[in-house]
Amino acid sequence: MKFRLLTAAALAVASLTAAPIAAADYPERPVSLMVSYGAGGATDFQARIVTMVAGNEDYLGQPIVIINKPGAGGRVGWNWFASDAENDGYTMGAYNIPHFIAQSIEGGVKYSAESFEPIANWGADPAVVVVGADSPYNTIEELVAFATENPGKVTLSGAGLYVGHHIAALQIEKATGAKMAYIPTKGGGAAAMKAVIAGDVVAGVNNLSDAFRAREAGSVKILAVADLERSDFISDVPTLMEAGFDVDNSSVNFRGVMVPKGTPQEIIDQLAATVPKMFENARVAKQMKAGGSPMHIMTRDEVLAMWAAREETLQDLLAGLK
Amino acid sequence: MEFLQYFGGVFEPVSFLLLLGGTVGGLILGATPGLSPTMAVALLIPFTFQLAPTQGLILLGAAYTSTVAGGAVSAILLRIPGAPANIATALDGNAMAKQGRAAEALHVSFLSSGIGGVIGVFLLIFLTPVLAKWALMFGPSHLFWMAILGVTVIGSLDSKSFVKGLLSGCLGLWLSMIGYDDIQGAQRFIFHDALTGGVSIITALIGIFAIPQVIEMLSAGRKRQDVSTVVVHKQPFLDSLKLTLSSVKSLSIGTTVGSFIGLIPGVGGQIAGLLAYDQTKKFSKDPESFGQGNPQGVIAAESANNAMVGPSLVPLLTLSIPGSPTAAVLLGGLLIHGIFPGGDLFDNHPDVIWTFINSMLIGQILMVIFGIWVAAYAAKVAQVPKAVMASAVLVLAVFGAYSVQQSMGDVYVMFVLGVGMYFLEKFGFSAAPLVLGLILGPIAEANFIQGSMIANAMNGPVEYFLMGPLNLFLIALVVASVGWSFFTTHRENRNSKEPGNA
Repeated sequence: MKFRLLTAAALAVASLTAAPIAAADYPERPVSLMVSYGAGGATDFQARIVTMVAGNEDYLGQPIVIINKPGAGGRVGWNWFASDAENDGYTMGAYNIPHFIAQSIEGGVKYSAESFEPIANWGADPAVVVVGADSPYNTIEELVAFATENPGKVTLSGAGLYVGHHIAALQIEKATGAKMAYIPTKGGGAAAMKAVIAGDVVAGVNNLSDAFRAREAGSVKILAVADLERSDFISDVPTLMEAGFDVDNSSVNFRGVMVPKGTPQEIIDQLAATVPKMFENARVAKQMKAGGSPMHIMTRDEVLAMWAAREETLQDLLAGLK
Repeated sequence: MEFLQYFGGVFEPVSFLLLLGGTVGGLILGATPGLSPTMAVALLIPFTFQLAPTQGLILLGAAYTSTVAGGAVSAILLRIPGAPANIATALDGNAMAKQGRAAEALHVSFLSSGIGGVIGVFLLIFLTPVLAKWALMFGPSHLFWMAILGVTVIGSLDSKSFVKGLLSGCLGLWLSMIGYDDIQGAQRFIFHDALTGGVSIITALIGIFAIPQVIEMLSAGRKRQDVSTVVVHKQPFLDSLKLTLSSVKSLSIGTTVGSFIGLIPGVGGQIAGLLAYDQTKKFSKDPESFGQGNPQGVIAAESANNAMVGPSLVPLLTLSIPGSPTAAVLLGGLLIHGIFPGGDLFDNHPDVIWTFINSMLIGQILMVIFGIWVAAYAAKVAQVPKAVMASAVLVLAVFGAYSVQQSMGDVYVMFVLGVGMYFLEKFGFSAAPLVLGLILGPIAEANFIQGSMIANAMNGPVEYFLMGPLNLFLIALVVASVGWSFFTTHRENRNSKEPGNA
């Protein structure tokens, strides 16, 4: 009995001292990736693609398992990630910018940009302005002209509050000086797109990837992109900047991988070095392109700078809303 | 008739094996409480990465079809609906099982699922362009009235007392308000972190149906005189077939309601079964027998929820809008192979899309064959000792609730709702109206608020909500539904008074 106790104690000490060495072997078991949206959503779908080669020896050497914690526009998952997730490197999370930063400015959540450590960014999906295929408006200028003459008459659908679509709508209103009615929908971008196609609303703000598919299907016209540059997917569509409206890329939906604050620095460094390489994998790129999901790989330092810049713009933009 | 030339693709060895595996696996997943069709299809997506596009879609299509029908198994045997679509099945199906007619209930359930499902897929094949227009007709004001139509059903659903039915419905509506509201940005009734995302329908479904069952089974085991074994009657298959085929009225109501309501993006799937059940009951000569083990109730509910499968894909395939969570997952399955749904899908990838649709057709038939085959064995579940059954259900319930968000919070919510429901049932309240309230609350609320916002930008709420042919038609249905309830209650009261006076 005494012997057993001693061995147990020895093992406990050994495991304590072994902790720093473990980082060198990291990862020695599968790593989970928390996605704060439901299975089948755009974030989940892309997360599954960009992590499918993780088991490859060049990358993590261990598979990445997706764990969905959907609810309250992502708040459920990120709350959990900030307060309950283990910071041992075996729990990663997917972030959506500007969503979580805008939500933390709105308040009532347990996280802010300070709670997470970014690893790398995999994708950027800009917001676009869409109208139905049979809409009388063919350019963003025509739509804005109508909105200026008829304040409050232009209804704009989008997926909920404090998400990229909402931010874009606020920026458009601010830049054009025209009063529009933003109509948030329940059920994400799909419900907002349906409202545009069915003519329930005059126009809508939606994801470039979904709008691109809807345009291919012949059901919408895309009037403008809320980004700094035109997109390869729809190179004929001007940016809002080109149309003369001061709307930058603050509403672009950046997606990437992060870990909770307090994760050992060696592990963060190791992940920051390997994860972007994993995103660059040819098979990943092929599947993402096939799915119409624009890729935009950024390293940890670039993401840190981007988060800080968003925090600043969103503080200004949302100050009037609270 | 273009689809006929692609039937060969379904019968290629690998494709057919996948179809068979998807169907059998789907039935098992569907029969597990807490594993909804959406989750089952999502679980399979990673497997399709490795397959050719057609084969991947065959697997997903087969799994979707059979999980919807599989949900009826646990609804009938255990009174735990596998998914919201199977709530109405549980009402009469479980009553039949308690009378030892489980095999019969399973037979008619699979047969009517198959019939409804095949008709639904045929609608998808032949009427897609028409159906796409119908799916787009419903704006926020119409969806609001649809939800109100559902609310009018609440009082009469599975309740001895109209008032108690309405009260449980209200409780469900209140539960649906918990959590973060996407449209107005308010956090409501969040007393605990586990409630941030609201009460998920799957968690609630497991809690309020399974937990009272478990408590009931465990408490019965303590009293020796209550221990009774259910005699499981053998049910010749041909009798079930005759019964199903002769129930033309229930089948046609179920299939029609299922396919047309199932089509409406964002609403249909969850309430189609309940509305079909309610209509069949209202049109029945003998509405009293519903809830007491009337096979017509099972036939209406199951033909409706499988008839929905085909048409629910119309908005996805023609407009590239997923109309239901399951369709959203299927969209992922299509995109991963570079197939963009939309109007020209049938021109650009006819081989993929027709083989997919055909596989759902063959899948429906395989599902019936396999379902009938296991029915005889599954019915024996009724003979399992109660204590064993209770612990098995408890394990499945915890597992199912946990898997929704990978969170213990949901498990606690499930237990609280379940224990609460056990006591409510003691006072004569029932579970089905409560779940219906939980489902309809968000639909009615979100669409009312959205509609009001749109109305303010247009010509005001009166015109937006009360004018237009579709609004008026739906309002007429609501008035008719309420009027019918009053009329029947009045007639019953008079009938019961007259013998008393004499």
